[in-house]
Amino acid sequence: MGKIKMQKKSTSIDMTAMCDVAFLLLTFFILTATAKVPEPLPVDTPSSTVQTKLPETGLVTITVGKSDGKEQVFFGMKDRAIRSGALDYVSSKYKIDFTDKEKTEFELMDEFGVPVEGLKQLLALKGTDRAKKGVQPGMPCDSINNQLQDWIQGARKANIENGGTKELQFAIKGDAKEEYPQIKRVMDILQDQKINSFNLVTGLRGKDYN
Amino acid sequence: MAELNTGDGGGKKGSGKVRSKKSNAKVDLTAMVDLAFLLITFFMLTTSLSKPQSMDLGLPDKEDKKTPPKDIKVDQKRTMTIIMGKDNKIKWFHGLLESPEPGGKPTDAVYGKNGLRKEILKRVVSVNEYCKLKPNYKKGDGLIVIIKPSKKSTYRNLVDVLDEMAICKVPTYAIVNDISPEEMAIVNEMNK
Repeated sequence: MGKIKMQKKSTSIDMTAMCDVAFLLLTFFILTATAKVPEPLPVDTPSSTVQTKLPETGLVTITVGKSDGKEQVFFGMKDRAIRSGALDYVSSKYKIDFTDKEKTEFELMDEFGVPVEGLKQLLALKGTDRAKKGVQPGMPCDSINNQLQDWIQGARKANIENGGTKELQFAIKGDAKEEYPQIKRVMDILQDQKINSFNLVTGLRGKDYN
Repeated sequence: MAELNTGDGGGKKGSGKVRSKKSNAKVDLTAMVDLAFLLITFFMLTTSLSKPQSMDLGLPDKEDKKTPPKDIKVDQKRTMTIIMGKDNKIKWFHGLLESPEPGGKPTDAVYGKNGLRKEILKRVVSVNEYCKLKPNYKKGDGLIVIIKPSKKSTYRNLVDVLDEMAICKVPTYAIVNDISPEEMAIVNEMNK
């Protein structure tokens, strides 16, 4: 009988190529990765159509947002050298000494929002605990106790001492729902130090907006 | 590809010798691929590939309060004022508040391409034409937009208006913080 016999096919596929591709991608992602640091003060930035990107270095970010119904200001520096220089300036101004260990801890910190008196306690915490809600109350920046101004001053000084050829850039990262006077207060502090040009951090807007 | 040649290589077929069992050298790669993709997913989610964008903003020097500010006379036909209020409300006028330009009375508008942008674009074109006719204007002179954010307006409103300036290619714009009493009346009306 001429019955056609179905050929039994092997069910296992050759996965070598797939494996190769997977590992290639994996290598790419590992090499390009810069770990995302949890932000102590998450903000929802407004969107715009502007395409310019923020610089990677020589940047100071001032985050303005609301947490627990309170206005908070956070301060972040991108370069480690500037971080340590700014800390030296502020610690000598407020007469608070930091140990070498605390200094290195501080250099690793991206963004913070505590008054300088509480910086020691913050540095003693573990990195993951710092981003917890309620740990950082925000940096004082009113007319009585304007520490934000001192940090800005310190960062600029450190930039010059490091032989920075470029002027330090300042970016304001504000929450979209923040009322204008809050943003204006930060702008005024910057303008008091003759910083008249800065960046506003925004997100990307959908294509149909144009 | 992942097979290795085991045994059977020499060609010499020893007769009666103890032959080692031919084992299949094909490795099961499924687990390895699983692991690889798991790691890829992890790294993809934890990396921040996209850098945040930013908008450049230049502000004029702060003047000392002691020296009286110089009055700069600006042609009222060239100025358009945008007042931002509470709850995304917006009002604009062209020219002076007391004597607005034709079609430029204080009007309500909405953000976006069908609201504010249409008005700005219309004026960018018309003021540009007007400036070309005047001999004492240089090239590049055109519409001047004065942005007045009131206390109740949000940061999103400010960025939206600045974005409109960039989209409409407004030659000159400024954020002005002092609001005259007459304009204050408009603000109070809006923020009510």
